[in-house]
Amino acid sequence: MQFEIREHTPLAFLLAVPLVAVLCSMLLASLLILWAGQSPLQGFALIFEGAFGSSFAITETLAKTTPLIFTGLAAAIAFKAKFWNIGGEGQLYCGALAITWLGTGMIDLPPILMIPFLILIGMIAGAAILMLPVFLKNKLKVDEVVTTLLLNFIILLFVGYCLEGPLKDPMSLGWPQAEPIVDSGVFPALIERSRLHIGLIFALLAAVVTWAIFRFTLWGFEIRAQGLNAVAARHAGINSNWTILKVALLSGGLAGLAGVSEVAGLKGYLTLDISPGYGYTGIAVAMLANLHPLGVVLSALFLASIFVGADFMGRSIGVPNFIADIMVACSVLCILIGLLLCKYKIRFNFSSKVAN
Amino acid sequence: MDILEIFLSASFWAATIRIACPLIFATLGELICERAGVLNLGIEGIMTAGAMAGWMWVYQGGDLVTGMLFAAFVGGLFGLLHAQFTVILGVSQHVTGIGITMLASSLSYFVFKMLLPETTTPPKIVPFQAVEIAPLSSLPFFGEAFFQHTFFTYFAFALVPIVIYILYKTPLGLALRTAGENPSSLESQGINVFVIRTLAVVIGSSLMALGGAYLTMSAFDAFYFGMVNGRGWICIALVIFASWQPGKALLGALLFAGLDAMQVRVQLQLGALIPYQVFLMMPYVLSIVAMVIVARKAKYPKALLQPFRRGERN
Amino acid sequence: MQLSGCPFYYSIKKTAMPILEIENISKSFASVVANKEISLSLDQGEILALLGENGAGKTTLMNILFGQYRADSGQIKAWGKVLPANSTDAALKAGIGMVHQHFTLAENMTVLENVMLGTQSLFALRSNTTGARRKIENICRDMGLTIALDQLVADLSIGEKQRVEILKALYRDAKILILDEPTAVLIPQEVEGLFKMLRKMQKSGLSVIIISHKLDEVLAISQNIVVLRQGERVAHVATASVDRDALAELIVGKKVIQPTIHELPPGEPILQLKQVNLFHDAKGKYRLKNINLTLRAKQIIGIAGVSGNGQRELAEVISGVQKISSGSFEIQQQDCRKKSIKQLTKLQVARIPEDRHSAGIVGEMSVWENLMLEDLGSAPCWSRGIWIKSSAAKERAAQLIEKFDIRCANMQMPAKLLSGGNIQKLILARNLQLLPKLVLANQPVRGLDEGAISFVHQQLIDAKVSGSGILLISEDLDELLRLSDFVQVMHNGELSRAYPRDELTPKLLGILMSGGKITAATDHTLTDTDSALADTGS
Repeated sequence: MQFEIREHTPLAFLLAVPLVAVLCSMLLASLLILWAGQSPLQGFALIFEGAFGSSFAITETLAKTTPLIFTGLAAAIAFKAKFWNIGGEGQLYCGALAITWLGTGMIDLPPILMIPFLILIGMIAGAAILMLPVFLKNKLKVDEVVTTLLLNFIILLFVGYCLEGPLKDPMSLGWPQAEPIVDSGVFPALIERSRLHIGLIFALLAAVVTWAIFRFTLWGFEIRAQGLNAVAARHAGINSNWTILKVALLSGGLAGLAGVSEVAGLKGYLTLDISPGYGYTGIAVAMLANLHPLGVVLSALFLASIFVGADFMGRSIGVPNFIADIMVACSVLCILIGLLLCKYKIRFNFSSKVAN
Repeated sequence: MDILEIFLSASFWAATIRIACPLIFATLGELICERAGVLNLGIEGIMTAGAMAGWMWVYQGGDLVTGMLFAAFVGGLFGLLHAQFTVILGVSQHVTGIGITMLASSLSYFVFKMLLPETTTPPKIVPFQAVEIAPLSSLPFFGEAFFQHTFFTYFAFALVPIVIYILYKTPLGLALRTAGENPSSLESQGINVFVIRTLAVVIGSSLMALGGAYLTMSAFDAFYFGMVNGRGWICIALVIFASWQPGKALLGALLFAGLDAMQVRVQLQLGALIPYQVFLMMPYVLSIVAMVIVARKAKYPKALLQPFRRGERN
Repeated sequence: MQLSGCPFYYSIKKTAMPILEIENISKSFASVVANKEISLSLDQGEILALLGENGAGKTTLMNILFGQYRADSGQIKAWGKVLPANSTDAALKAGIGMVHQHFTLAENMTVLENVMLGTQSLFALRSNTTGARRKIENICRDMGLTIALDQLVADLSIGEKQRVEILKALYRDAKILILDEPTAVLIPQEVEGLFKMLRKMQKSGLSVIIISHKLDEVLAISQNIVVLRQGERVAHVATASVDRDALAELIVGKKVIQPTIHELPPGEPILQLKQVNLFHDAKGKYRLKNINLTLRAKQIIGIAGVSGNGQRELAEVISGVQKISSGSFEIQQQDCRKKSIKQLTKLQVARIPEDRHSAGIVGEMSVWENLMLEDLGSAPCWSRGIWIKSSAAKERAAQLIEKFDIRCANMQMPAKLLSGGNIQKLILARNLQLLPKLVLANQPVRGLDEGAISFVHQQLIDAKVSGSGILLISEDLDELLRLSDFVQVMHNGELSRAYPRDELTPKLLGILMSGGKITAATDHTLTDTDSALADTGS
């Protein structure tokens, strides 16, 4: 097997790759649905119905899309610079924690100021926690994969402590949860009597801004160059420490925003389970979009619909809803192959090679 | 003082050994992968899969030893999948690893839910029992501390010298270590780099799965969600902490396990003063500290994270 | 037939037939034809030189012989039997050994481990280190090699590493030894040593193929020469029947115009290093010791030396990648000790890096993006504040591509697809267009063909004429002597004084490069390198 670099990748290829990846994951899912004794076609029909079958379903899907756009953007920005930020989950909770601390009564502003204020401190909190792995990487050369990952566990435990102690809502009758965000800080609903809130608008805005940064600014160029060839970038004068710092601020901030969105928008108060792994799923979102900020919106929508739909299917015909996670994982792996094929042509030599 | 009392209690040492075993398996497994040049971030998922597979085998009526083999086999399968992506195709080892962790975990949970759709308490199996070693097991203190463990436990410790021997004293080990330092060296001596690296990843993943299986088959007796709880990631830190050497990996695992066992006991005494979450955080905090300590001098295998492509023109 | 003095080698029957026959080998990489129907044969006990300029296809052919590439067509016969394709293992078993140009040694492992690798079955239960040691000691004794078996390869000098590579081949009972550009990393005196060893091997029945682009060496050591040009074999001649000029013509095929050298009065100092030291804490020693260097405008100073003696560190210090430990470092009279890389580029310091692929371009980015890589923030024409003006950038790129003759299909293609020569032109375009004051050229023509070499040299000379000061770091003595006004030699982290070009010959340079000092007795009257070495006491 020989790899030959392609001189030019047709756009059609790049667009087809996520679709094919999704199809492959659906294939795997079909096998599992069959094993569960159900018909795959019915299964997928139920998934679709669960995600888009009613106006309520659509709002649910879109509500779930919102945090995934944020964490997807966070992962995409970081991975573009080859900064492996796996700590999206922890940064999400940091953002949530920050607005719970400051937004449940300590500070009160009119809504027009309160909401931007909460967004700001959420982003600062998410970015701040990422500064520790960045510092460890820049100054002490500690690999960021493990540090960001382990911080997730630490932060989650810390949140648990806060919810049982200092931030506990005295009116919650024993459940570990925090006081609700003050009214002026709650994100208004986009559609009445649904859980869909204006966080979605912020998410879309964030995607556009991120795209613009990469397309039109020197920062985006530096980040890309650094991610593709750190040595050449350094020789050209791009300061790698500063670039990583900027990337981390943006990435952590966006993940923190996801937390803000879930607490101030969706639920209204902080609990331990506001995120069923959005941080990690964000990585899948980013990969499926080939790290493209606008593509992240589409892949976030897609993955959200899978999760919402699989829940519905699980309740209807008893297929465990873990099938959604399986589909996500399979898509990530398939996309890796797809992207490889976009970059290289593979030639097979069918005469046998003498192996050891 | 109280700490001294803990050190003098045999149950502390026994607990240390028990807690160390999954770390030993998984760290050795990751070490083998990384020594050959491949970062295997699928460790967390593979441990979960091993835990589920081993437990399931016994739950369905198999015996414990074949259960171990089955768990290792399942781990090897995921390792083979990982190797296709990272070794043969040479795509991102970071993303592949995360993908494998997601896949292995979710498949394990899916299969588990399929087998037992309605249960709230995970059903138990009869795990490995302590092995009686005639004169040693009944020694005061030492007996309870070191000689009343299960077969699985003794296997973990026996594995360390075996891995050391293979890695440093056999041609295969030499080839494996070279794969992680300079794969063209292997090529120029007529050895297929892909075969060696794939073998390393498969074997390493089998060991990781055994680490997971230990949790359900020796340490505890049931499988529940979130069981592995970050041990896989801790082992990645431990490999760096151990400078990719099996002997140090054993020491590192024991050190960690000791601190973990200590933390549980101290919690009982200080639980009123310090929130229990602080104690639970300790393993993760210590992992980060361990990495910081060795980071400056860390001598990574030179070819780690570099995919090998034959005949690619410069 | 007993071969005296070499008990290690079995008696090799002299055969009348050629032991190696390469028949009509062709190989292409995508659209590039590397080898086109090449045939050659090797007799037993022969030293054959494979000659040609960079890019002619020599290494590709040998890699096919050694099983690392698969030929598109053709076959190879060793000892009369067809050699299985694409199998290094089969080549090794047939007695073919190869010493690569870029060593295939694992740096963090010992010499013994590197030599033993792959020589026992992977199913064997125990590495036979005692037997291996014994065999290696025998080989070393027979060949006159001295190597410490338990040393880490990383701690060896380049010459020693090459000897380990040769040892690897001999350990595997190689009967045909391929050497790819072996003299590229050696000083003239070491080259003699290598040739002595090759002649010894030849006497004991070994056959050698030596790949080179250096005419003098090829004429000195080989019995026959095969010349490759642009992937085809253009000659297979007996060494005795050709001379330097005939060979040069065969290699290049057409007259290449040498750039004209200008003698210019030097301008004001651009770069001044005074008593610069660079301490390397990991190895606990000084990488640069007491460096003194003054480069003026309209001047080219060449830095000679075997690679690994501090040239890289010197380049890194001047480009800002590393900060000096002590001494003064000024560019255009400004103190640069604390400046970052970006600040230095603002001082009009142009750098042509040694490794153009990993440090010169971002391969995955397009050609036009690479052309703007280094002017970030300081060239107003394609950026304003934080915004990129891509149309302006592309316009500029088109101009540069035309002016510097960068051959590419279109400017959107990934830069890594360009040939070595065109990548170098891209880097030159990026750097020289801004009329820099200081040009740091590190191995600028390594791996390039004659045409590209001539172009690069012309660019450097043009820059000198327009007022730049050029620091040329090169391992190619011919290039240094041709282009430089002054030459300073790097050895073990120390820099010699500046010698005017006329004072130096390759032999003198060789002495300086191995750490010797030129005394009045050795100056200008040198005929015998041995006596020069005796004087240096090294």
